Amino acid sequence: MTCRTFLRRAGAYVLPAIAAFLLSLAPANAASEVNIYSYREPKLMAPLLKAFTAKTGIRANMIFASSGLVERIAAEGRNSPADVLLTNEFGLLVQAVEAGVTQAVASPALEASIPAAFRDPAGHWFGLTKRARVVYASNDRVKQTAITYEELADPKWKGKICIRSGQHTYNISLVAAMIAHLGLEKAEGWLNGVKANLARKPAGGDREAVRDVAAGQCDIGIGNTYYMAAIQNEPEHKAWADAVHIIFPNNEDRGTHMNISGAAVAANAPDKDNAVALIEYLASPEAQQLYASANGEYPVHDGVAISDTIASWGTPKADPLPLAEIAKLRKAASELVDKVHFDQGPGS
Amino acid sequence: MAVPRRDALIAPIAAAWRTFGLWRARRRASPMWSIAVAGILAVIALPVVTIAFLALAPRENIWPQLIATVLPQALGDTLLLMSLTGGATLLMGTTAAWLVTMYRFPGRGLADRLLVLPLAMPSYIIAYAYGDLLSYAGPVQTWLRAFLHTPPGSGTPLPEIRSLGGAVFVLSAALYPYVYFSARASFMRQSVCALEVGRTLGRTPLGVFFAIALPMARPALVAGTALVMMECLADLAAVQYLGVPTLTASIYATWLQRGNLGGAAQLAAVLLALVAAITAAELWARGGAQSHTTTGRYRSVPFHELIGWKGQAAMIACLIPFLAGFVIPSSLLVIHAFGHFEGAFEAGFWPAVRNSLLLAVSAAALAMALALVLTYARRVAPNGLTRPAVRIAGLGYALPGTVLAIGLLIPFGTVDNRIDALMRANFGISTGLLLTGSLVSLTLAYTIRFLAVALGALDSGLSRISPNLDAAARALGETPLSVLVRVHLPLLTPALASGALLVFVDAMKELPATLLMRPFNFDTLATHVYELAALEQFEQASLGALAIVAAGLVPVLLLHRTLTGDS
Repeated sequence: MTCRTFLRRAGAYVLPAIAAFLLSLAPANAASEVNIYSYREPKLMAPLLKAFTAKTGIRANMIFASSGLVERIAAEGRNSPADVLLTNEFGLLVQAVEAGVTQAVASPALEASIPAAFRDPAGHWFGLTKRARVVYASNDRVKQTAITYEELADPKWKGKICIRSGQHTYNISLVAAMIAHLGLEKAEGWLNGVKANLARKPAGGDREAVRDVAAGQCDIGIGNTYYMAAIQNEPEHKAWADAVHIIFPNNEDRGTHMNISGAAVAANAPDKDNAVALIEYLASPEAQQLYASANGEYPVHDGVAISDTIASWGTPKADPLPLAEIAKLRKAASELVDKVHFDQGPGS
Repeated sequence: MAVPRRDALIAPIAAAWRTFGLWRARRRASPMWSIAVAGILAVIALPVVTIAFLALAPRENIWPQLIATVLPQALGDTLLLMSLTGGATLLMGTTAAWLVTMYRFPGRGLADRLLVLPLAMPSYIIAYAYGDLLSYAGPVQTWLRAFLHTPPGSGTPLPEIRSLGGAVFVLSAALYPYVYFSARASFMRQSVCALEVGRTLGRTPLGVFFAIALPMARPALVAGTALVMMECLADLAAVQYLGVPTLTASIYATWLQRGNLGGAAQLAAVLLALVAAITAAELWARGGAQSHTTTGRYRSVPFHELIGWKGQAAMIACLIPFLAGFVIPSSLLVIHAFGHFEGAFEAGFWPAVRNSLLLAVSAAALAMALALVLTYARRVAPNGLTRPAVRIAGLGYALPGTVLAIGLLIPFGTVDNRIDALMRANFGISTGLLLTGSLVSLTLAYTIRFLAVALGALDSGLSRISPNLDAAARALGETPLSVLVRVHLPLLTPALASGALLVFVDAMKELPATLLMRPFNFDTLATHVYELAALEQFEQASLGALAIVAAGLVPVLLLHRTLTGDS
């Protein structure tokens, strides 16, 4: 076959195939589908969505990205195929509402299953799970059974704390909560103190915090609880989990900082009914139990039993500070993290 | 009613025709080239224009706060990361390319094939691998501590991988093949005559290298290094994982944590200004320096034998980059993959392979087509538009993927909705999201992102074809287009192939734009791996990561063949 005939054949067969592939449009929203734009990892949502489809017959389609989905919905405008936006934290829900890409939902079922503190009074967003930001403490080197976030700035922890980037959204929301409690000035002193106590530059993720505590690089790490649940289920990393225990900070006084994962119905949702049905399912006792047992998260639904793994960590008391208050301080928190050069690490 | 006389109608047309004839006689090149270039630029520049537009409307002024806090450090770290990585890759890539081109030493043939392999590795995978291996809790330091009996908490026996130095090391290991590749291609195509003249005039082999080969290869070396530096600017995942807050990190913090997309766009504009500076520096470095050889024949350079310790030293110089950029990270992946074989080929793996391949092929084809028009237009119709166009079109390479994606989603979404509204109003049909809803926008994103690579390959390929050929063909009555088809394209095949393969390999690895612009339930290998890695479970992502590497290996080895002209 000469080069020319090869090219001709390629042109005849391959090019139309590629063109068809590139131009294949998202199928029109059939009655039995719900389209999800998700900041939550597909692996975590898979068991829940599978159960949802089995129960309702509604197929769930998903686009997962770690940033930019709110902007995408806004750019797609009235033709956006998005029905539901799922987020891994509260700040994104507020951003979505501010960007005008959500709509209000009135659902008695949601109002019944989600406590008022974890949903928007106007019905634009709904919390689905609570995510406690805790201290992972070394079993060998940390003997105290209680701790406060304030104490993390105590010089006795010098060179002993591991944490991920201060600009990570989980840390931003913790710093915002600290600003709400202490005021900006004291919070700055606190954050400077924490920075001075770091064992290494803020980097990696929450899992690395557990790992580095287990390895002895630091005595305490800061992270969300469900990473611990995941590690406990991995045979090759069980040693990490076994070397570390969870302490809920401020559990004796105001309570531990809790972020939420949540959902909102998109402003131009092609199928609002299915969107609401999905969120109602995710807030139902059945799904809330799945969140707890499969992902190690805390249900927002009060009456739902948590798994043994989670129960073994103790009973956290949630900081009653309203989420909306924290959301307002996120920008200040992000600027504070910059101001103290938190991500440059200790000794900078 | 006065009917205009026929003459009055015809005269202006005739005059215009005469003018056009004069213009044709003078310019000889059809205006179609400029029009095509303008059309391409209009699409390619969309994200940049969108960013400029967003930058005009920030939510608030970010600069006082940023300048007072992290910006000086972030800018400094970014420049250091760029220049150190650029320097390291220049040194590693050029040394290895020169050794492989000019000398015969143990393992030379193998080294030539192996040195390009890190191209197949996404840099964030290399960063994860080294983070895993060299951090305090990793096997190397754990072993060292046990060996030295250091008590816990007494500091690390090795320099911290999570540092600027660590990031320079990781990025250099990942990116040196860009320099190696262009240096090798350039050295191979240098006329051996020039080098031999140098030797007969009494230069040592090393003297020939510095006095003749290096200056002649300078454009290629600068182009390769510029790609490396732009990669450093655009990277987020690897640098973030290694704890180096660069300018890109500030863009994301401003956008995501402070909800200020406009402010983030202003920072992105600074980033683009940096790239423009790199491009200008590249132009300046090339200067007016032109080297032409009188002959189009290239004889392969006769090898000098390196024996004894010299041969071993040469082998080691080639081995180190390959070990660091490929062997160590991929071994780690293989070890982890054995532990997590289950679930790796689960549903979704093969569709992801197909999607990756089709997207990468489309992007490579489109990028080469656009690059061909852009570079060729400059050759046949050099003017104020076509000359800078080649430079401007390559800017997309430095845009972080997510920024590029948003820069495209906004204008395309607007176009989609306008068309839809028009069709609804006039015909009662809804066309929905034609561009953003299909893979068209994603393919374009890839093309814009990687056009610099395609342009680089074609630019150097085209510059090697003597203008005498064009002149001869034109004298024989060919038009610029027919010269392109009948003379240049056959001669450009290697350059086209190597450019296409480079774009293909880069597209296979692309992650952030793919994540944000893809349709529902759509995975490529890169997103498939990321969805596992996003859970911070690097080990479970290892098999998928190996699949990306494996899929990249074939084109990378083909690339080697286009380079050396083996058959």
